[in-house]
Formats: sequence, structure tokens, C-alpha cells
Amino acid sequence: MADLKVKFCGIESPNPFWLASGPPSNTAGQVMRAFDAGWGGAVWKTIGEPIQNTSSRYGAIDYNGVRVMGFNNIELISDRPIEVNLKEIAEVKKRYPKHLVIASLMVESKKETWQDIVKRAEDAGSDALELNFGCPHGMSERGMGAAVGQVPDYTEMITSWAKEAARTPVISKLTPNVTDITQIAQAAERGGADAVSLINTINSLMGVDLESFAPRPVVAGKSSHGGYCGPAVKPIALHLVSSVAKKIKIPIVGIGGISNWTDAAEHIALGASIVQVCTAVMHYGFRIVEDMSDGLNAYMDDHHYRTTEDFRARAVPNVKDWGDLDLNYKVIADINHDLCIGCQLCYIACEDGAHQCIERAPITANANAKKNAHKMEVYVPKIIDEECVGCNLCALVCPVDNCITMRQINTGQPPMSWNQKVASF
Amino acid sequence: MTLRETAPKLAPEQYEANFADISPRMTPRQAAIEAARCLYCFDAPCTIACPTHIDVPSFIKKIASNNLRGSARVILSANILGESCGRVCPTESLCEGACVMVEKGEQAIEIGRLQRYSVDHVLDCNIDLFTAGVPNGKKVACIGSGPASLACATELAKWGYAATIFDKNKLPGGLNTYGIAAYKTRAKDSLREVEMVKRLGIKFEQGKEVGRDAPFPLLESQFDAIFIGVGLGETWSLDLPGSDLHGVYNALEFIERTKTRNFAEVEIGRRVACIGAGNTAIDVVTAAHRLGAESVHLIYRRGESQIPAFRYEFELAQRDTVMFHWHTQPIRVIAESGAVAGLECVKTRPASGATKSSAPEAIPGSNFVIPVDMVVPAIGQKPVTEFLRPVKGIELKKNGTIAVNERNQTGNPKYFAAGDCVNGGKEVVDAVAEGMAAARGLDAWLGHPRAILSRSDA
Repeated sequence: MADLKVKFCGIESPNPFWLASGPPSNTAGQVMRAFDAGWGGAVWKTIGEPIQNTSSRYGAIDYNGVRVMGFNNIELISDRPIEVNLKEIAEVKKRYPKHLVIASLMVESKKETWQDIVKRAEDAGSDALELNFGCPHGMSERGMGAAVGQVPDYTEMITSWAKEAARTPVISKLTPNVTDITQIAQAAERGGADAVSLINTINSLMGVDLESFAPRPVVAGKSSHGGYCGPAVKPIALHLVSSVAKKIKIPIVGIGGISNWTDAAEHIALGASIVQVCTAVMHYGFRIVEDMSDGLNAYMDDHHYRTTEDFRARAVPNVKDWGDLDLNYKVIADINHDLCIGCQLCYIACEDGAHQCIERAPITANANAKKNAHKMEVYVPKIIDEECVGCNLCALVCPVDNCITMRQINTGQPPMSWNQKVASF
Repeated sequence: MTLRETAPKLAPEQYEANFADISPRMTPRQAAIEAARCLYCFDAPCTIACPTHIDVPSFIKKIASNNLRGSARVILSANILGESCGRVCPTESLCEGACVMVEKGEQAIEIGRLQRYSVDHVLDCNIDLFTAGVPNGKKVACIGSGPASLACATELAKWGYAATIFDKNKLPGGLNTYGIAAYKTRAKDSLREVEMVKRLGIKFEQGKEVGRDAPFPLLESQFDAIFIGVGLGETWSLDLPGSDLHGVYNALEFIERTKTRNFAEVEIGRRVACIGAGNTAIDVVTAAHRLGAESVHLIYRRGESQIPAFRYEFELAQRDTVMFHWHTQPIRVIAESGAVAGLECVKTRPASGATKSSAPEAIPGSNFVIPVDMVVPAIGQKPVTEFLRPVKGIELKKNGTIAVNERNQTGNPKYFAAGDCVNGGKEVVDAVAEGMAAARGLDAWLGHPRAILSRSDA
């Protein structure tokens, strides 16, 4: 049995799964239920001067009948008084001493104000602090959240203020709404951050009602840009986590598109020590952590990983600049005749969308035809091996698992990257 | 004269439940999810398998994008009777049978139900997707108002022809209105489709029998061409002793009653026997069961594996607890005080040295009696083409079907024909495909006389 405990900035988390700061970690009641369900830690809904929210505030994108592929919100930080939040944190810590409560903080950009809230949060018993430099809507217009996280100097400065006052680990939370997130991460590191967490949500507009022309989510016929998250953002998060992992030495908390143990393990493989989850909990509830633990455990057992450290960041060195990829590596597509259902999607994708390397199966009987259960003919397309550039498109669009596979072929050439090629000129 | 014993009447809501739509309309959510399952095949096998070659992936993707009007246009431009075909097509032998999902080991996309979903939307909202072409000055008479004629007249109207349908029945729609099991489609569903066709400006002369009420010379003088889409007639009657007794019904007449009367008013025996195992026989036995008959027997002289009915139809009868008598041949209808009391049958076996198609032979001494109050032969329909005899040049084949060339033109160049009266009896969708082909043939023969292209052709 693998050990899911994680040592993180001198504190110990029962497992790498934390609730991200957001609606699920708004109250003591929620956080305690989350701990009962198996979450190792919870980043409290950001504490600051109470705000007023709009109604409505969430939007979602469905894809082909599946709900919430992407999600967004225009909700602000906690709408409850600071003292109520801190009192509840103290209460939770008293009842759940081994679980981690991390106070997420956002106040106006004054040293005294930041240091005051840092102290108060720690006095309430929080195990660590997360500085919210990422909120992309509402708060940023008031000079907070992303307005800080988009400027390296501000990030460094406020991190150092917090660090000066803090006794517990300080995590700077980064916004992806910047040209180069690694600059911001490095600024936080210079400011003394013990860790960074990323990504916060991405600037987004969820859509437009084409009858009323109200953007979504609708507030009295209007809307505002909000923070995008959910399954759709995982690839963006993975890219940014791995980029940051290459540039800084302090630990990383991975956030973005995590709904299950595989998503979590991918974040970990790209450098994250801890992962945070919000949207998936908003969709399905705290119970999802059970399979996240169970599945990660099984994966680690299968691979004889004792702790997550045994595979953390293992994929980071494999993320390369394009110029370092081997141009002499070659794959071509193979279509499994027995598995093909004859939909011709690979044919039309390759023909119209790629490199014209698949022969169309003619309607009239051909050698590649076979019969289906209703004795109707199924025509299997054919890869033109000499033409195939190995782009993956056919395999990606094929609706049948393992029907189209990419086979490596020997080019007889030693590995050669673009950078090597250019250097040899 | 009444039946010897009739089935007890059911409560009105029980009849409605028994004849409820067997494949109910999808909810928007169901349709969206089913449409999303469609892979959007290129060169889709479902489209190839459909006799009218409806662009199935295209209409399904339009459902997924919530473009129902566009979806219905794709369907109806290929098949104006897309709604009834969505209900009555043997889809498992056509589009759904060819669906790549079958090969994938998954359930085929429910193409028929999705098709009906789209067309119902435009029918519900009275949306007209097509307009009649600019009048080209040509007139065509269509004989019969069933699927073949409706399809032919629709195409012609779109090209600017003035089409007039002559039909001997009171209601238009032919078999779709009178002859398909009520749990698949009701007369009102068929009539709703006819209304859509009517709005293209096609005239309907119901209750007018060509040859009698409208003589051929008159038609020929008034119309530039004549289309024959009269389908088939009543089912063959039994050539058995007692087949003239009260209680022996014609299969189509029986089905027609379930379509044109309240169910409670349809006379039904307590015990019913149907002879034959085609799709009409299935309609008869399922209707008999649903009307409250206590025992329903299907008698067929060959074995289960040889039945002409589609598998799906046969399973319907199985679910309706019909008793199947395979390798059984009726020899006499037994009477009791002038009414049907039983059906004497004999077991059969393949004749020695027989081929697959040759008739089985009776096993001597195997006679037995099935006590029944009602006998319905469903052993194929008679042709109704005799009325064409006065028309010079039209050639009738031995089986009574009309001989046509590749343009669906008969031996008399002014006459075209399609549907069951040509093919001997196939599906609604085949009649539509052929009716449209005949329209093209007729149009070509008249030299494509179009004023300008109508919008629907653009």
C-alpha cells in the first residue's frame, strides 16, 4: 500500500488532495464534510474585506450532451466578515488537527494590511497561507488579485511583505492571464515564497444568448468576463505547471482541470507536490476524493511507488523545446482491419484536414470489405504508408479504441534535432 | 350477423394504452444525446442503405446543433414522407442495420426516431420548407394518393407542374392512412403529412375512381402526363370451404377499421386466427391482441426461419403472446349456425425433392381444429391494375404489376408508374424513392419544362 502523505514546506498533508479556494471551501461546515470525505487539506475561500456578489454568477459549456466541460464564475472572494471566517478556521483546526487548513488571503496592497491579515490568519490556526494574486474578475478592477499577479514586481513585493510577517509557509497563487507565467513565478520565489500554486482561472466569456444578446452568465441582461476552469483547462494548466517547474526550485501546487486521480497524477508527474480541486467538487461533491485516493494508490502500487515523490516531476525533463525533438523519429498509422467499423472519419480527416495519406474505401465491393452483424458491407480504408507523415490525426478521430495505432518505423538515421541540424550548418 | 363470440370490450384508456405509439417521440434531451452519439460518418453507410438516400449524418448533426428546421429540410427534400418513414421503415434492415455502431458492438443510432423528431417539429409548427415552382404550364394527373403518388406529385409541384391527385378513397394517404398498424402510425399522422403536400398547391380529388368517375380519354385530354401509383388492392381471399362465412375478414379491411373507427367499435373475435406470416399478418395479430382477443393464432405453412416478416415485426407478435402454428396449413373454415367456429388445419412438411421455394406438402391424417371465432387471411395483396386494360400500350405482367422502363415509363409514353403496383409490394420508403424517380423520368420526357428554378432546387 502506497503512502499518500506528502511533506510540503515543512508541514505534512494526509494526502496530496486539497480543496482549492472557492465555493466548496466557503464555510466550516463544508470544509469539515470535505475532510470527512477524505480531502487532505482545504484552501479557505479567500478572506478579505467582505464583498457583495451578483446573481447569477456561474456559467458552463456543455459538449455533445455532456455537462460542464468548461466552467466559469464571476463570483468574488468571501462575502462573510473576516472574523467569522477566522473563527470558523479555528473551530475546524480544533476538530481536525491533522488536516490542513490554508487561509487564502486578499487585501488591498498595503504592507500593514497584508501583515495584519497574515497574523490574524495564523493566530486562527491556519497551517499555511495562500496569497490570492490570481482572481481575474472584479477584485482585479480594485487593484487586487490578478492586478498584482500580472506584475512581477508587485508579486515579489507583496510576497515579501507576507513572508516578513508569516511563521507558516507562504504560497503565492499565480494567474495564467499573463504573457509568461514563469516570470511571475520567479518573482514570487525572489519575494521569498515557500511555494507557488497555479493556475488560477482564465479570463473568459461563456457565450451569448442569441435571442437577447446577453452574455453568460447573465446578470440583468449583462455579464462580465469571468474565470474559466473545469476539465477543458487541464492542458493549459499542465503546460504552465511544467514551465514553472523548469524555472523555480520551490514546491508547486498544481491546479486546473483536475477531476480524477489521473489528472492529479499528471500534475504531479509535471512537478506538482500538492493538487487542488474545485470545479469537479462543484459538479459532483466532496465524495470524488475517494476514487482520487483509491485510484492514485492503485497506480502507485502497480508501479511500486512508495510516495508521490517517487514519480513527482518525472515527466518534466521530457518536456522539451521543439528544437530539441528528434526529427529522425518516424511513426506511421496502421488500421486494424478487424476493428474498423467503416465510418471513413479517418479518410475524410486526412484528406481534408491533413496530408491525403488514406485511400478511400470505394462504395462498390472491394477487397477490404467485410460484413457487419446485419450482413451489410463495411469498407475499411487503407493507409498509404509512403505518404503517411505520422501526424496522429486519423488515430485521434477514430471512434474505435486501438483500431488505428501509430507504428514506429526505422528511418535508419541517428537522432537529429532541429537545433543540432542548425548547429551543423 | 355477428361473430359467434366476440372479445369483451376494454376500457377506452386500455385501448389507447394498447395502441400507444410503439416508439414515442423523443424529448429534446433524448434527441440531443442520441444525435451526439452519431459519428458523422463520411460516405455514410446509412445514407447508402436508405432507398431515398437521405443524408442521415447531415440531418442528425443539425439536430445536435439545434437546427431542426434545417434537419427537416435535409430529410424532406430526399423524402417528403420522412415522418411516416421514420415511424414505419424497417430501419434495422435499412439505415440502422448499416450503422457503423453495429460493427462497433454498440446499439445503432436511432435514425428513425431522430428523423421523426425533426419532421414532427416542422409539422407541429406548420413550417413550410418548400414552395411550389413557378408554373411551367404542364399538368400531371396522379392516380392514387399513397406514398408513390405523394412523392411524385411533390417533386413535380416543386418544379412548377400543376399536379392533381385522383383517389377512390374518402381519405388521402393510401396505405399510410388506412393500412399500417395503429401503434405505429395513426391516420391523423398520415393526414398531417398529406396537408404539407397539399400546401404545395397539389389538388386532391378524393372519392374519384379513375376509369369510372374520371374516364381515361378525359384525363388524357386534360393532362400532359399521367402517373399511376395505385399500390396493391385487398388481400387475396382464401380458396377454402367456408371462406365466405361471416367472421372471415380481409386483412387490410380489418386494419383499416382500426384506423378509421374507435377501437371499441372494431368487431373482434374472442379467438382469432390469421393465415400468413408476412408483415401484414403481424399487423393483424398484434391488432387482434391489442383489441382484446383472448387467443390469437398465426398459421403458416412453412417454418419460423422462412417467414417473410421482418425480425422486428415477428418479435412484436411474440411479445403480444401470439401462438404460432408453424408448418400448418388451413383446409377448411368450420361453421356453427352460419358463423365461424373453427379452422381445420393440417400439418405440413417439405415436399420430397423440393426446392426452397416450392410449396410444402400436407401430412396425411394430421388434421386438427383450432377453435376460433374469426379468421383473417393475410396471404398477400391482389394487384388492382385491371382498370388500366382500356389504356393502349400499358403492359401488365403476369402477376398484375405494371411493366415500366428505366424512367418508370409504361408502354404508353404518356403514362408513368411506380410503387407497389410496379414492384409488387415493398416498403413505404421504396414507393417514395420510386415515385420520385418517376417524377424525374416524367420531367425528362417532357423536356424539363421549368420556368425558372424554384427556391427548393437552389
